[in-house]
Amino acid sequence: MSGIPHDHYEPKTGGEKWLHKRLPVVGLLYDTLMIPTPKNLNWMWIWGIVLTFCLVLQIVTGIILAMHYTPHVDQAFASIEHIMRNVNGGFMLRYLHMNGASLFFFAVYLHIFRGLYYGSYKSPREVTWIIGMLIYLLMMATGFLGYVLPWGQMSFWGATVITGLFGAIPFVGEPIQTWLLGGPAVDNATLNRFFSLHYLLPFVIAGLVVVHIWAFHTTGNNNPAGVDVRKGSKAEAEKDTLPFWPYFVIKDLFALVVILTVFFAIVGFMPNYLGHPDNYIEANALATPEHIVPEWYFLPFYAILRAFTSDVWVVMLASWVTGGIIDAKFFGVLAMFGAIAVMALTPWLDTSSIKSGRYRPMFKMWFALLAIDFVVLMWCGAQPAEGIYGIIALIASAYWFAYFLVILPLLGVIEKPLPLPDTIEDDFRAKVSHGTATGAADATPAEQEGPVS
Amino acid sequence: MIRTTIASVLTVFALATPAIPAGGGDGHIEDVDFSFEGPFGTYDQHQLQRGLQIYTENCSGCHGLRYVPIRSLTESGGPALPEDQVRAYAAELFVPDERANPKHYDPVKDEYVVTYTSNFPANPTVGAPDLSMMAKARAGFHGPYGLGLNQLFKGMGGPEYIVAILTSYTGEEKTVGDTTLYENTAYPGGWISMSPPLSDGAITFEPEHANDVHHLAEDAAAFLMWAAEPKLAQRKQAGLVGVLMLAILSVLLYLTNKALWAPVKKRAKSA
Repeated sequence: MSGIPHDHYEPKTGGEKWLHKRLPVVGLLYDTLMIPTPKNLNWMWIWGIVLTFCLVLQIVTGIILAMHYTPHVDQAFASIEHIMRNVNGGFMLRYLHMNGASLFFFAVYLHIFRGLYYGSYKSPREVTWIIGMLIYLLMMATGFLGYVLPWGQMSFWGATVITGLFGAIPFVGEPIQTWLLGGPAVDNATLNRFFSLHYLLPFVIAGLVVVHIWAFHTTGNNNPAGVDVRKGSKAEAEKDTLPFWPYFVIKDLFALVVILTVFFAIVGFMPNYLGHPDNYIEANALATPEHIVPEWYFLPFYAILRAFTSDVWVVMLASWVTGGIIDAKFFGVLAMFGAIAVMALTPWLDTSSIKSGRYRPMFKMWFALLAIDFVVLMWCGAQPAEGIYGIIALIASAYWFAYFLVILPLLGVIEKPLPLPDTIEDDFRAKVSHGTATGAADATPAEQEGPVS
Repeated sequence: MIRTTIASVLTVFALATPAIPAGGGDGHIEDVDFSFEGPFGTYDQHQLQRGLQIYTENCSGCHGLRYVPIRSLTESGGPALPEDQVRAYAAELFVPDERANPKHYDPVKDEYVVTYTSNFPANPTVGAPDLSMMAKARAGFHGPYGLGLNQLFKGMGGPEYIVAILTSYTGEEKTVGDTTLYENTAYPGGWISMSPPLSDGAITFEPEHANDVHHLAEDAAAFLMWAAEPKLAQRKQAGLVGVLMLAILSVLLYLTNKALWAPVKKRAKSA
């Protein structure tokens, strides 16, 4: 795989040769594990391992939790307490699973922003990016479904609000909502199907993860310099790369263990910090919580959903043009899914041929603003949707779309990039001898060349 | 990028669900220095026993504890009462018809809680919420700016909220329809339908212990925290063991990684 010249698996013993003729599975593992990997990868390239670990952690803890959980409206809440109090180690399993979801999303956001900064979505890695976005969407679905299962107040009302979004679709919305819920409102049928799907989707994610890895093993990894590995000969390629095992496995494991240390401190010492107290109150269809707040990882998109109220001019325009078919609620739903869609379309919206943000002085600032924007949206999502919060959320939502739809396409045309290092080897040498990377730091304005097209 | 990483980490903690109470309360909640707070804090066995007495004598008339197994009163890390005492307690707690089949009922030995019959009873008193999870179902602290950061230092504030409710009655009452409401500065909205449950000297402890309203409220809150999170000690121990082992492993992996990459970096420098 990977198109980078490297040694392939050669079966040596009789047994290996026998198996290799029939099923080259050892060869597949060898080639996967020994993939030539750019030497200059930095610490932002560790999130893939963290995410793989999270998926395994969630599946393993989840399967055991499912052995003790009862998906029935009368018993779901009690069965969670049964897990917390009576099942051996049940409290740890449940807290690991609960906080594991947070670690999963924390890692995926850093993984996505890494890709956005270093241009990992650009040719030839568009398919890897799209698969990644599909995984992210499925993660959100799975996280949402899982949050409903404890059948607390936030579970119930979160499910009511989110399934209500589908009800906002013109003409077919209400039948779709009823079909999703299995009835007119969130009830036992809803809980049952949510449990079933919460169990199913992680395995779909696992399948897509294999495709995600397959895709970037075909193109090779991107890297912080954004220049390609030299592929002329094996000797040349080896100057730019090292095999994944052991160099990057050990590096990634070190990072994973450091992150897990913090994770275990949270699980052990403050497991409910990231949760909402209302979810320790059993679901009650007759008592609406004052503020319905989703989990922290949904907050940015929840803020976008709520930002477009009926007094915003784009909403009024859309409503007028479509003769009222697109109302504020449906507009919000479109904006929320649109916010993810524009991210998925980045490979075709970004017109710059320079991959790494490190060599793009203007891009760098707009990107920093996007990162801040994301955090601001997260904060807005947790606040009541009124007054100043509404205005901040609207501005932040507007910037989100502006970044992808206006700024990225324009920057590629008007920006003068800094000179790129010739090879990954050069970048790596500069990194280990100065402790910094080449390019931005070293280049004086006089050295800057015109845009590389 | 490292800076971005650190900033993101801090931000996620800062933004993590600034929990808003069910009623959007505006009452001020005082921080209480409970023994079970912090990474090493555990429950005070004697405080839990006093809290159990307060619950039994003052709260159980209206409030149930339907998710708390009675057998957990014997567990270490909790009130850790002797088994005989818990059997006697259970015998008094249940009204006779709830123990329809006393031969099969042993709250201490019962390990398979399928029907929950060996839990504390649920109390059907209208409007009186079950207290099993009350200490986790409320947050006392939210700020600053709705960021929830102070929960990192003070804890979520559930027990503090309970103390505040029990000690913030002003003595004012009003009647709305046929219910009497009592003014309580800690309760969201300011008026609560629960009459002041505790008063100075309401409970006498054996052996003697401070029994003014504030001490009683703290003991009751500690007991309810235990009721909501009986495995707190085991959880913290598991967390500590995990953190220590992972910290050691991370040092070993750091050294391994450094040794592994040293020749690669040396070659790159000399090239």
